[in-house]
Amino acid sequence: MIVFRTAPYGTIYAFEGLENVLIMGAYDQDISVLFIDDGIYAIKDGMNTEGTGIKNFSPTFRALEAYDIEKVYVDKESLEARGLSVDDLVIEPEIIDASQVAQMMEDQKNFFIF
Amino acid sequence: MLHLVNTSPFESSDLESAAKYSAKDSPILLFEDGIYAAQAGTAMEGRVKEIMGDHPIYALKADLEARGISNIIDGITEVDYTGFVELVEQHKTASW
Repeated sequence: MIVFRTAPYGTIYAFEGLENVLIMGAYDQDISVLFIDDGIYAIKDGMNTEGTGIKNFSPTFRALEAYDIEKVYVDKESLEARGLSVDDLVIEPEIIDASQVAQMMEDQKNFFIF
Repeated sequence: MLHLVNTSPFESSDLESAAKYSAKDSPILLFEDGIYAAQAGTAMEGRVKEIMGDHPIYALKADLEARGISNIIDGITEVDYTGFVELVEQHKTASW
């Protein structure tokens, strides 16, 4: 499982996470993707980075489906804390709560947090 | 799942996230700047004790010593590098 928990432009982590997802997807690995905490900002819609000179990589998350990555989740509380709903995201992850995240962590073989 | 936390609780939410997204009884290991959460008498002590209700907490001795922290919260277990490796051997890991 790849976990996004940092906002997209302040650090390189979210971008690196996306690269990892795409690389593993390209090798047909069975992966899940989870967005928690500030990681949700990486898939917020309406981002326009032109003024900052940084590439907006959020549209790339729409490619997950093309890589057959269908297990995509978002933490309910993290969304609510940021005043967002799935309608505000560039993709439509399944909404789960913190206890479901904890269970998933136990079930996953490997866990990478970005 | 062993949760690894290496940032200070005063500047990052890593410890909180580890506590929030982890199954009960899964251990948390504090190392590097993470060990500041282990110090007794800080504003974080009460919260750390709450977390200890659900998770055993370990702190890496070398990092405690490096930062001059000797008064650690009762119930937190100090581990040396061998202890660190043993914990990693026994669990899958999540690095926050």
